[in-house]
Amino acid sequence: MVEVNLWSGMRRFVGDDLTVEVEAETIGEMLDALVAAHPALKPVIDQGVSVAVDGEIHQGRHVPIPQGAEVFLMHRLKGG
Amino acid sequence: MAKDEFREFRLVGTRPDRPDGLDKVTGRARYGADISAPGMLWGAVVRSPHAHARIVKIDTSKAEALSGVKAVVTRADFPTGLTGDEWDLQENTMAGDKALYDGHAVAAVAATSKLRAEEAARLIEVEYEVLPHVIDVDDAIKPDAPVIREGAADATVPEGMPPNVVRYFEHGRGDLDAGFAEADLVRENTYRTEATHQGYIEPHACLGQLGEDGKGEMWVCTQGHWFIRKMCADVLGLEKSQLRVTPSEIGGGFGGKTTIFMEPLSLALSRKAGGRPVKIVMSRSEVLRATGPTASASMDVKIGMKKDGTLTAGRAEFRMQGGAFWGAPVDMALDCAFAAYKLPAVMHIGYDVLANRPKAAAYRAPGSPMAACAVESLIDEMCRELGLDPMEVRLKNAVREGDRSSYGPKFKSIGLVETLEATKAHPNFSAPLGPNQGRGIASGFWFNHGGETSVTIALSEDGTVTVSAGTPDIGGSRASIALMTAETLGIPYENVRVNIVETGALGVNEPTHGSRATFATGKAAVEAANAAIKEMCRRAAVEWGIDPEAVEWVDGAAQPAGPNAGKFPPMSIAEIAGNMGSTGGPISGHHEGNLGGVGASFGCHVVDVEVDPETGRTTILRYLVVQDAGRAIHPAYVEGQYQGGAAQGIGWALNEGYVYGEDGRLQNSVFLDYRVPVASDLPMIDTVIVEVPNPGHPFGVRGVGETGITPPLPAIANAIHAATGARLRHLPMNPPSVLAAIKAVKGG
Repeated sequence: MVEVNLWSGMRRFVGDDLTVEVEAETIGEMLDALVAAHPALKPVIDQGVSVAVDGEIHQGRHVPIPQGAEVFLMHRLKGG
Repeated sequence: MAKDEFREFRLVGTRPDRPDGLDKVTGRARYGADISAPGMLWGAVVRSPHAHARIVKIDTSKAEALSGVKAVVTRADFPTGLTGDEWDLQENTMAGDKALYDGHAVAAVAATSKLRAEEAARLIEVEYEVLPHVIDVDDAIKPDAPVIREGAADATVPEGMPPNVVRYFEHGRGDLDAGFAEADLVRENTYRTEATHQGYIEPHACLGQLGEDGKGEMWVCTQGHWFIRKMCADVLGLEKSQLRVTPSEIGGGFGGKTTIFMEPLSLALSRKAGGRPVKIVMSRSEVLRATGPTASASMDVKIGMKKDGTLTAGRAEFRMQGGAFWGAPVDMALDCAFAAYKLPAVMHIGYDVLANRPKAAAYRAPGSPMAACAVESLIDEMCRELGLDPMEVRLKNAVREGDRSSYGPKFKSIGLVETLEATKAHPNFSAPLGPNQGRGIASGFWFNHGGETSVTIALSEDGTVTVSAGTPDIGGSRASIALMTAETLGIPYENVRVNIVETGALGVNEPTHGSRATFATGKAAVEAANAAIKEMCRRAAVEWGIDPEAVEWVDGAAQPAGPNAGKFPPMSIAEIAGNMGSTGGPISGHHEGNLGGVGASFGCHVVDVEVDPETGRTTILRYLVVQDAGRAIHPAYVEGQYQGGAAQGIGWALNEGYVYGEDGRLQNSVFLDYRVPVASDLPMIDTVIVEVPNPGHPFGVRGVGETGITPPLPAIANAIHAATGARLRHLPMNPPSVLAAIKAVKGG
């Protein structure tokens, strides 16, 4: 089970919670599980998000999420 | 020679000659506009003279009748049915129903000479119905603002917001009210920064060729040719692999060359002209009117501080316009705003707003300079009000490894405290100041990035090595990649050549953006070199008749790993490469992936200014950049990045900014009026490289390209205040603005 920290603007899509628990072992599984549990999140996630796992920010869906990892959903980052 | 606690480096940390130096000083380097081809045509673009107008009719008949004209394209020549980002790119490439900003392309023509193409462009008649326009971000969210595109808002925007708000952000943590109640001083101010252009010296240029069979080629000045390939293919409905894109040498990008502008037009014109190649080179005016600057910003910041300097809470509400499309970097600005500080309670709110301006592109640490301008100015204001040393307040509240960031996750290894301490120790920090002079400091932050990366190294028959990389070299990455490859292989730097190869030669590479080239391409090159070393050890083992595991690589040669492995003289890379044809064929190494292990970078700048009280002109007397590089692979290039970031920030702070007339047209579309800093405006910019190695990179590298542009805006505002007593909260701080602020302080 992964506890996902959402940004507060997403609260209205998930029933006022800032954390959501889903079954997942990778970032991709986590995103899919979030959308399955809360379909209103789909357009936001489809637009692109970054995910921080234990403080490291990732873009790829393949990245594993270790047991007990701290996970934050973030706006998609890009640089110049 | 650099070293860490485990290793001494032979090459990493040295300053060899740059591999592109001779090409550039002799004019041999080929930039975008230098590329030509047999049968080539020239393209010219017709651009809207209106900020917002419905396109009633386009008559191309006179242009088509002109001798030498081979093709004319309008939006009718592009595929329909695109959605989302792809539609945005197509719409920005060529206007559809409406022109959305002054300079928006509405038609393009190809002819046998540049002059003939420009003449033909003037013959294209466009009938417009001029519509009300809006330029300023705060005006764009007023109830009576013209609506630029109905229904453009995404799912993040709650119902009831103004129609030009297309993205909405809200994130934070902690009890904000309690945090402010706990403070001895709470202050809130509004800060504004203007849109500025990346100001690269080389204008956009490309040569595109596309046949009726859908096969094409492009030579282009870009930071990312796989992005060019994908975006052009999306906009034109092509198969991506049928378009081969080769990058030229690049004369600056700073984020502005990570997307498309006129590139699809050259391909569309070529296809219509029977496959003849079409070259388009933008004028400076076209660059400023029609390519992406950064956003303009209007920002409210509120901070709570105790008498001892402890921060108790922070709130940021940012409004940014990024032109007529979504994409103002308000999200990243918010994330960076309080990143340097430990805060028990923090709240961020942001609005991405449409305006009748060109589509914003990335610009060096997108959003972070604006955020720093607001937050670092207010921190300075509050320190002065409480009689506190701004440096000690920064140190007192500085984030360290393991602290929770303002944007959510906990920080991994970072070097903010080391950077601040190194700043304090520098002579510039305590140099005496004279009349009308003042000193300002500010911190800055950027995330940095890894991303999709693919690298191959190949041995030549003489034991020298070619690295095929996919990230155009805009800041010295070829030298850094060569140093890391040579260090890993144990061979001289001069024995490695790094080529930036075309899209058919490697898997997908993201552009050189996010300060990622030395980090990500370098990391992949080290892994590719390790793969080649493994194969070279295997070849030596076969030759010696021993187990490959019993062979190790030392100083550029294979050798038995110990006395039990057998007694053989070392086999050098030149020997192995010289025989590879008869020992199994070519030897190469490859690595690709979506690379992680990114290390964020903090910086601190100190600037001394002198302000002429009669004219308001600000002179930069001294400037110091201190920044954590993780590991400086080629320190001269790192220093160059620090100095370049500071120089661009100085321009943004003091002079640069888009100026629009009442008609919504850009008034300063040449460098004479859009004033970037020149050498005589700047002192020698001092630098200190702090090295807190990033554990996510084999040599400890952090990206260094972007953080340096973040602190200059507030550092200079703070210095001007120290020199004059006048606080400027609206950039640019040009002489008229500074003079007016001084007069206001004096009551004049």
